[in-house]
Amino acid sequence: MTSSTDGGARADTVVITGLGAVTPVGDDVASTWSALLAGRSGVGLLTDERYADMPVRLAAQVITDPADRLDRVEARTLDRGQRLALLAAREAWADAGAPDVAPERIAVVVGSGIGGAVTLLDQWDVLREHGARRVSPYVVPMLMPNGPAATVALELSARAQVRAPVSACASGADAIALAVDLLRAGLADIVVAGGAEACIHPLPLAGFAQMRALSTRHDDPEAASRPFDAGRDGFVMGEGAGLLVLETQEHAQARGVRCYAELAGAGVTADAHHMTAPEPSGAGAAHAMRYALAAAGADIAQVGYVNGHATSTPLGDIAEAQAIRAVLGARTADVPVSATKSMTGHLLGAAGAVEAVVTALSVFEGRVHPTRNYDKPDEAIELDVVPEGHRAVDIELALTNSFGFGGHNVSLAIRRL
Amino acid sequence: MTDAELMTGLADIVNEITGIPTTDVTPDVRFSDDLDVDSLSMVEIALAAEEKFGVRIPDSDLVKLKTPADAVAFIKKAGVNA
Repeated sequence: MTSSTDGGARADTVVITGLGAVTPVGDDVASTWSALLAGRSGVGLLTDERYADMPVRLAAQVITDPADRLDRVEARTLDRGQRLALLAAREAWADAGAPDVAPERIAVVVGSGIGGAVTLLDQWDVLREHGARRVSPYVVPMLMPNGPAATVALELSARAQVRAPVSACASGADAIALAVDLLRAGLADIVVAGGAEACIHPLPLAGFAQMRALSTRHDDPEAASRPFDAGRDGFVMGEGAGLLVLETQEHAQARGVRCYAELAGAGVTADAHHMTAPEPSGAGAAHAMRYALAAAGADIAQVGYVNGHATSTPLGDIAEAQAIRAVLGARTADVPVSATKSMTGHLLGAAGAVEAVVTALSVFEGRVHPTRNYDKPDEAIELDVVPEGHRAVDIELALTNSFGFGGHNVSLAIRRL
Repeated sequence: MTDAELMTGLADIVNEITGIPTTDVTPDVRFSDDLDVDSLSMVEIALAAEEKFGVRIPDSDLVKLKTPADAVAFIKKAGVNA
């Protein structure tokens, strides 16, 4: 699987050699992938009493508390998002064969949308109740949005660079785009890239609720996240982490490691339209997809799957559908689209990275997961949305989209090797 | 509270915060040089000791507490609540 289509290993070809994930449907990549293929939801009701008076009480939480999967001392100075990043990084690094690489040639790029908001809010409670002398001396390293990246860099002794793109719900995909740039520029031999997020707490939840961005389908939590479906009413907050080990094909081939797929290109654009609303025509999103294809040296004839950003908001899903149709044109009807968030909820800054993991597996295994709750097509969304039941698809190249508040658009092109 | 009781209590705190085995927290080891306790962890140890022993450890004194024996002596002098 390590040979390129033109026969030789190339220094400017970036390949995916390791995957790691912690999601609301699985504590690792294998369990996440099998849950997604089976159409299982990770969404549930928040039953803690502090959510009792909240207008929204739905969330997709990770299955096992990450603190229970780490050494006690190790966990206590890390924010929950940092813990998730560390677990996903360990899995991805082991999956890539724990490569023996000089620290100066290892880079880490891990984004987060919100950072350690829960630490910030919990410590504010400590300050008000017990005074400044009881505030944790770790509050700053735990709340800073580069915390997950720094945690992973410390774990791997990565000394080339440690970077932390912050671009809301596009952060995870943005990190992967930056990682591709670093490798192509020769600034590292191997990059661990992705995103982590853990900010389920009454305040962020109330904030998103006040934007009317969240689903309120409390009577049926597992049906709440329903991207592209006519009955969708908003997204569901999730948490998790996704990390990929990326390296040049030359480097991967020299050490003889299994490659899942090629990270063939990344397209990054900005809307400059509105702080939170998507540009209605999806023009910026379409440009991101076109740039990703151009960077991959590919055209629409090769696109065999789109993993949508597809959050389940009324406006966002329509704008993305318009963008996909604008790019694929007459091929739209032939390209299956699915929405990971229908089962995981919206992992915010981790979403793009987890969905890149999912898309890499889709390309590698030639099958795509369903879109749960896709019961009634929306006339405004003319796409081949994969409904219940996974589908076998021979995918030459797939696109995975991520968009974020602030007008960030990122599309990644992942190609079969 | 005897010196031995104070030492045991302090060793438990150091273990809770840093994971260092209580048996390694002997009177004359140095927190920084021997046990590799960093400055942030020292702040947490001091806070936990304040709570456990009912004393106040000002920052100006904390920096002088190089060993568990120093800490026990300070806590005794500050008037531990038995």
